[in-house]
Amino acid sequence: MTQDQLVELVKRSLYEVAPDLEAEPLDPKRSFNEQFEFDSMDFLKFITGLHQATGLALPEKDYPHLVSLELAVAYLSEKLPS
Amino acid sequence: MSEASQFWDGARRELAELPGGHGLNIAHVAVDQHVLQGNGQRIAIRWIGSGGSRSDISYQDLSWSASRFANALKALGIGAGDRVFSLLGRVPELHIAALGTWKLRAVFCPLFSAFGPEPVKARMSIAKPVVIVTTSRLFVRKIQPILADLPFLKHVILTDGGAGGLDFNALLAAASPSFEIEPTSPEELAILHFTSGTTGRPKGAMHVHAAAIAHRATAIHALDLKPEDIYWCTADPGWVTGTSYGIIAPLAVGCTLILDEEEFDAERWYSTLEKHRVNVWYTAPTAIRMLIRAGDELPKRFNLSALRFIASVGEPLHPEAVVWGQQVLGRPIHDNWWQTETGGIMIANTADMKIKPGSMGLALPGIEAAIVRRKDDAVEVIAENDAEGELALRPGWPSMFRGYLNEDERYKKCFAGGWYLTGDMATKDTDGYFWFVGRADDVIKSAGHLIGPFEVESALLAHPAVAEAAAIGVPDPVAGEVVKAYVSLRPGHAADEALMKELMAHARKKLGPAVAPRQIAISEDLPRTRSGKIMRRLLKARELGLPEGDTSTLEGAT
Repeated sequence: MTQDQLVELVKRSLYEVAPDLEAEPLDPKRSFNEQFEFDSMDFLKFITGLHQATGLALPEKDYPHLVSLELAVAYLSEKLPS
Repeated sequence: MSEASQFWDGARRELAELPGGHGLNIAHVAVDQHVLQGNGQRIAIRWIGSGGSRSDISYQDLSWSASRFANALKALGIGAGDRVFSLLGRVPELHIAALGTWKLRAVFCPLFSAFGPEPVKARMSIAKPVVIVTTSRLFVRKIQPILADLPFLKHVILTDGGAGGLDFNALLAAASPSFEIEPTSPEELAILHFTSGTTGRPKGAMHVHAAAIAHRATAIHALDLKPEDIYWCTADPGWVTGTSYGIIAPLAVGCTLILDEEEFDAERWYSTLEKHRVNVWYTAPTAIRMLIRAGDELPKRFNLSALRFIASVGEPLHPEAVVWGQQVLGRPIHDNWWQTETGGIMIANTADMKIKPGSMGLALPGIEAAIVRRKDDAVEVIAENDAEGELALRPGWPSMFRGYLNEDERYKKCFAGGWYLTGDMATKDTDGYFWFVGRADDVIKSAGHLIGPFEVESALLAHPAVAEAAAIGVPDPVAGEVVKAYVSLRPGHAADEALMKELMAHARKKLGPAVAPRQIAISEDLPRTRSGKIMRRLLKARELGLPEGDTSTLEGAT
């Protein structure tokens, strides 16, 4: 997948959980919960969405690598076959 | 004199009165008395900011800062009885604002920072605060949009300064660190905590300065808390646990509390327990379930030897979690039970008794609890063991709520036959242990927080496409229950994906993620009574696939 496709995939998973954020500016570097009303239950749903979209296992220990757009894209591009 | 009142008299005598016999004030009990006793240099708060920054605040510094805040409020024309709200995360400004408010004999009310503008507005409209302390970000997102509806609000204080409010730090810097607390009656209103019922607006449970007697005594008995301990309560300050056991109890005991600004992260949490050598840890089932999901290998990498006592509150802790604590953390997890109205822990698995996994434990000293059955205006105590009924408490402990603000009728309905009726269904076994069964009403319990279905439904009904709405709790492996809403649509609206997304966005914007439904479904045949009222219980039974026969016995089905 290209970088752009990964960005789209992460955004789609985020907005699936929190469609209220779609209209807001998204800072790729800051964590979702820092910049939005996005709680830990939302985060778990977001992870489930990413898992369903990619088929990756996404173990709990990797959660810290998925907390922002930039981190999540970097993580997925490493794990997914290009 | 009854055993209970003897116990509370003793607990009261252990608490420092205001000098000169001028009554009882939470701020004096929590900070000033330690300074007077020569313990001002002890660390009261160890704050871990986001990004890992750390700062230690001594009892002396906390006392001075609280005095400065009290003086600043006074200079703004605020006085005894006025309401001061906070909308803050886990930051020391919360403790300073709360303690300063109590020094001034004003009334403190914390709001949950994950509330959207609607729950904030609903609560503020009831209590009419003159001040709110918040951050510039939360102000812009949650207060500014509703400011026109808050004519009573005179001042906004922003912890990080910024447009639209007064700068918290500048106010403190300009104020004197010396403040003499006026004589305070133990029965004076000190705290408001909002909670939710099935119907109507949120209820503001009123607590008085004497509540500190129970906060301290229960922290000693139920949490095994000692003055030399490092203590970590993970609860959010927007709910009662974050105030009773995140501010008042640990400070009244005189220990060092850990205040962690960031959200849950399993590895960071274990690291916090290790690094700060936490002795007593008070957390919640949702957090424990997330730790369990993070695996048994992770905690093995950390030295948790300082940890002496783990407790949990918010919803029943399932037996497997208690056993997991013993096996993986090397300590059992002690479940306990209380609610906003009780102000403090009532029933607990304590350090000196056998834990029964899955049980909430025994009634604490000074607390008389029973299982009762309501009979018209009277109640009947159920004597037989293991029989299901409503959990009831004999009124009289110091942290019991003294009313719902401006809602006398709803307050009176909580009492019958000399008992406070908790709204929780439970059983009691032959050893006196209590076991939670469920709520007697339709209130939803998600991640330990009560959510009123009416508040959720009202927000959905404000959307032009929605004709009817019903909110129920559905089981969730992490949060216990999550909110699911059913809506029926007005003619001319199609239940397509775009509309579903729009409804979800609408609900989240108005309510915030903590209160908004996590799922929304369309239903064109919501079950209702003959008078047309939607039956949430029946809806829930359908959702859970309960057999038809069971639904007829559900409360509220007629």
